[in-house]
Amino acid sequence: MKILVCISNVPDTTTKITFTNDNTEFNTAGVQYIVNPYDEIALSKAIELTEGGKGTVSVINVGEASNDPTIRKALAIGADDAVRVNAAPRDAYFVAKQIAEYAKDKDFDIILTGRESIDYNGNQVAAMVGEFLDIPSISIIKKLETDGSNYTVEREIEGGKEVVTVTGKFIASCAEGVAEPKIPNMRGIMSARTKPLTVVDAVAIEEVTKVVKYDTPAPRGAVNLIPADQTEELINLLHSEAKVI
Amino acid sequence: MSVLVYVEQAEGKFKKSVFEAVSYAKAIADQQSTNLTAISIGDVADGELKELGKYGAAKVLNVSAEQLKTFVNQAYASVIAAAAEKESADIVVLSNSFSGKGLAPRIAVKLKAGLADGAVELPKTDGGKFEIKKTAFSGKAFAITELTSANKIIALNPNAFGVKENAVEAVIESFSADIKQSDLGTVIKEIVRATDKISLPDAELVVSAGRGLKGPENWGMIEELANLLGAATACSKPVSDADWRPHSEHVGQTGISISPNLYIAIGISGAIQHLAGVSSSKVIVVINKDSEAPFFKVADYGIVGDAFEVVPKLIEALKAHKA
Ligand SMILES: Cc1cc2nc3c(=O)[nH]c(=O)nc-3n(C[C@H](O)[C@H](O)[C@H](O)COP(=O)(O)OP(=O)(O)OC[C@H]3O[C@@H](n4cnc5c(N)ncnc54)[C@H](O)[C@@H]3O)c2cc1C
Ligand SMILES: Nc1ncnc2c1ncn2[C@@H]1O[C@H](COP(=O)(O)O)[C@@H](O)[C@H]1O
Repeated sequence: MKILVCISNVPDTTTKITFTNDNTEFNTAGVQYIVNPYDEIALSKAIELTEGGKGTVSVINVGEASNDPTIRKALAIGADDAVRVNAAPRDAYFVAKQIAEYAKDKDFDIILTGRESIDYNGNQVAAMVGEFLDIPSISIIKKLETDGSNYTVEREIEGGKEVVTVTGKFIASCAEGVAEPKIPNMRGIMSARTKPLTVVDAVAIEEVTKVVKYDTPAPRGAVNLIPADQTEELINLLHSEAKVI
Repeated sequence: MSVLVYVEQAEGKFKKSVFEAVSYAKAIADQQSTNLTAISIGDVADGELKELGKYGAAKVLNVSAEQLKTFVNQAYASVIAAAAEKESADIVVLSNSFSGKGLAPRIAVKLKAGLADGAVELPKTDGGKFEIKKTAFSGKAFAITELTSANKIIALNPNAFGVKENAVEAVIESFSADIKQSDLGTVIKEIVRATDKISLPDAELVVSAGRGLKGPENWGMIEELANLLGAATACSKPVSDADWRPHSEHVGQTGISISPNLYIAIGISGAIQHLAGVSSSKVIVVINKDSEAPFFKVADYGIVGDAFEVVPKLIEALKAHKA
């Protein structure tokens, strides 16, 4: 079994998000970068599925050379090899096109992504790659099982879940529940240095979106503290002032 | 030029988020001085389709084919793209729901269209540009995104626009499109839906609790409060990690992002990763025994006190208010 896992390099979850240059650029000063948490879940599942000589796991990242430490982290967790498409990731459409271009003649059985990158994207890459490759895409899965040739996945829907079966090549985006994130051990960290990391050029594709500016949520006014024994006052305020109940 | 809105059905019915998407699409159609068409896929009765007229859909394309009875995003995307072509629609609107997230990107590739997912406002179209405000950084910020392509796809966040009536008579037209066998690669074996519960992603009111509740046995009062309000329940990550509550209730940076009208946080400290998923709620109420809890900094109303005393009193006060 050959699995490809898509890895994005994102600001650490504790990052305070600020912008520079008249709010047109994300302020990277002092920001720590990590493997996107959902991608760690996808990668951990891929490793589980191939353990014991049952297959190989490749990871792919679309990004510049500054992403290499994050890619090495994925190798340390247990991927066999990595490829980086050398380009600034413009938007999901651009990224998906690069991944599809790379994957189209490599014969991967399945491709896994995270549910969403926690910075720019919104669960777009998996379904876009699926469309570029004309293979099924299953979004936001919570469980993935296989008997070797057929796959059963659980996909989240509003207020419940759907159990879906798929045969043949597909791409899925993984959320919590798919696997426990694996933590790199010493041997993994040592071997990651010598595992292959190939750099390939990007292909050209039309521009479809462009971020013009960023904005941060308007600050809220000071909190209105209500004494603990006056819960009816809170109800009144929610009803007549905030008008939400 | 026209606007096409995909109206997602569940068991033959439309939810409020669908009427919201239609209201929003109608406002865009007005802004662009053009027509709005809705497309429904699956078994929906004419009476229910007619409802869409209330929110401005003058024409409804109804697709009901045996293979499309249940959701297959690949095939649905092909049908919606074909409908967009037929209607010469250059703007396609969907709800940013779980299904919408699986569909919109595929339609975007088919139509070579820019996609604004998680849109929170109407587009701004000054100077011939088409700019949309959408959530970014897991709710910690917004990105004003220009869709530079000729075709455009917008996935609207629940509760961002609201339902607006704009009654017209809806004309229903049946529509069919060729489905390739390769579009039917996934098969739904089972759908499990808790029908007695309000679904969290599109809930208007949410009651959420954290590790301050000490254990799963204490969620009775949270559920009671939620039931009285008609609210959905949510929780912090450690709570679902410990299996006190299901993962589908976990909100925050690594859970789901929500933007209800009211979010009540009980025994949750307000860590940055938690706030990421809930800070766009319109009104936030925090109940925490620690007056220094960071959550109070982003709250509109707060009670400093022990949840085990405050919540039962709140339930009483709510019962009295409803009586
Ligand atoms: C990569 C990463 C991603 C993460 N993603 C998320 C995420 O998506 N969502 C999320 O929620 N967290 C996330 N976290 C975890 C987050 O950092 C916090 O640890 C978590 O939100 C804390 O949950 P809590 O507030 O329920 O618990 P605690 O931090 O333990 O807070 C409990 C609160 O309850 C109060 N309390 C205790 N007893 C009572 C009582 N009797 N009455 C009233 N109040 C009481 C305490 O004062 C305290 O404020 C993430 C962390 C990391 C590292
Ligand atoms: N009640 C609390 N208020 C604020 N921070 C807390 C609280 N409980 C735990 N934490 C933080 O969460 C971390 C992990 O806690 P624990 O999971 O209990 O080991 C601690 O090191 C604290 O930084």
